[in-house]
Amino acid sequence: MQTNLPLLRVERLQGAHFGPVSLTLCAGECVAVQGPSGAGKTLLLRALADMDPARGGVWLAGMPRYEVPAPDWRRQVALLPAESHWWTDTVREHFTAAPREDLGALGFDNDVLNWPVSRLSSGERQRLAIVRLLAIKPRVLLLDEPTANLDADNARRAEVLIKTYVDRNQSAALWVTHDKRQSLRIARRVIGLANGCVIREFAA
Amino acid sequence: MNNTIVITPLDLITASILILSLAGITAPMSFGLSRSMLIAAARTTLQLLLIGLVLKALFAHADLWWVAGIALVMLLVAGGEIMARQTRWFTGLWGYGLGAISTFISSFTVTLLALTVVIGPQPWYAPRYAIPLLGMIMGNTMTGVAVGLDNLTNLAWRQRAVIEARLMLGHDWRAAIADIHRESVHRGLIPIINAMATAGIVSLPGMMTGQILAGNPPVEAVKYQILIMFLVASGTGFGILGALALGARRLFDERQRLRLDRLRPPAHG
Repeated sequence: MQTNLPLLRVERLQGAHFGPVSLTLCAGECVAVQGPSGAGKTLLLRALADMDPARGGVWLAGMPRYEVPAPDWRRQVALLPAESHWWTDTVREHFTAAPREDLGALGFDNDVLNWPVSRLSSGERQRLAIVRLLAIKPRVLLLDEPTANLDADNARRAEVLIKTYVDRNQSAALWVTHDKRQSLRIARRVIGLANGCVIREFAA
Repeated sequence: MNNTIVITPLDLITASILILSLAGITAPMSFGLSRSMLIAAARTTLQLLLIGLVLKALFAHADLWWVAGIALVMLLVAGGEIMARQTRWFTGLWGYGLGAISTFISSFTVTLLALTVVIGPQPWYAPRYAIPLLGMIMGNTMTGVAVGLDNLTNLAWRQRAVIEARLMLGHDWRAAIADIHRESVHRGLIPIINAMATAGIVSLPGMMTGQILAGNPPVEAVKYQILIMFLVASGTGFGILGALALGARRLFDERQRLRLDRLRPPAHG
């Protein structure tokens, strides 16, 4: 279900330690990002979510980033960091609505919302962070190794959930992964990053 | 009023033996601690003697410009002291200005209000009232602002990931820093709230003790102390609110990014 409407356009984006990077993401598209550690993958995602100052242009569906208030931008171009963070005691307080369906897709029942965060394993935190991210309904997902802490089964479930979300909402995902087989499963296009720059781009 | 027992230099030397022995006992535990203690004791002696002479001269000819000059010096020192008490302070002019501005606005406003509306000495800037009043209000405001700001910047530094996690989920900067902001206000205000809560039961406040020692009727001293408590608490409170509002805002830029690069790391690594 891929159309050629450019959803996210990035033009010579350059931060303190990476870039310039130019790329486009189409609606319905998942693009894998690969590269050795220190290649600037995380910095690129942070700059796209406007978490670090960067020069260059970013457009979401034709709308330049500087015209969008920062919190709105981050809800629409949402970043899932490699490690999730929680600021109050129970899981529920981190959600505005109970995403029953997504919780089920990752193997939770609704009761998990009443759990104290301290009881969660790192894998559970990671899966709940994915649900938490999808619950704010982003149009572009920036995923920093979203399945790194998960066992094979849960990683597959997370892949399916995210792919389904992207398809159904015609959103897009930029997906950092070290796992070449995962890139093949989730993406049709792979971007290779080294020293903060795109060094190759190929079909998966 | 003149039944006060005059303290002789010998009395002070006797009292200083206590401090000296305390410093001697703590020296094996921490040499730095006993050194700071001795330096602070020496500073107390020198600074208080000096201000005693200044006040004596000032009381002799009450001049608005002299009073304003002394107030300015007090403010400049307070600003520097707030900065010195920070583990991480803001880079550039903000490092000094943030604490100084909020201390200035809060303590000067409260003092002026007390002088003109409440106490009403003639003239309103009569140094016998203006300087001690400003000193007490500013001293407490300075401490509260220093504690509050230190908390804010340290917590923000340590909880960077949590603040950013909230920003990434589309929370605005106020929401992302709200818990830290609230806790810092709390930490800054707690000492003065506790002082008000226990005043008279556990502790006799210093100002009141001084008046009683100087031979004033206790109830008069108490009335002054209540007034001072209210002034000090509100001065400190408004100062902390102002400083932390400015400080919290300064931690974020115009795109609501957390900018910890605006904080200087501790000097000793």
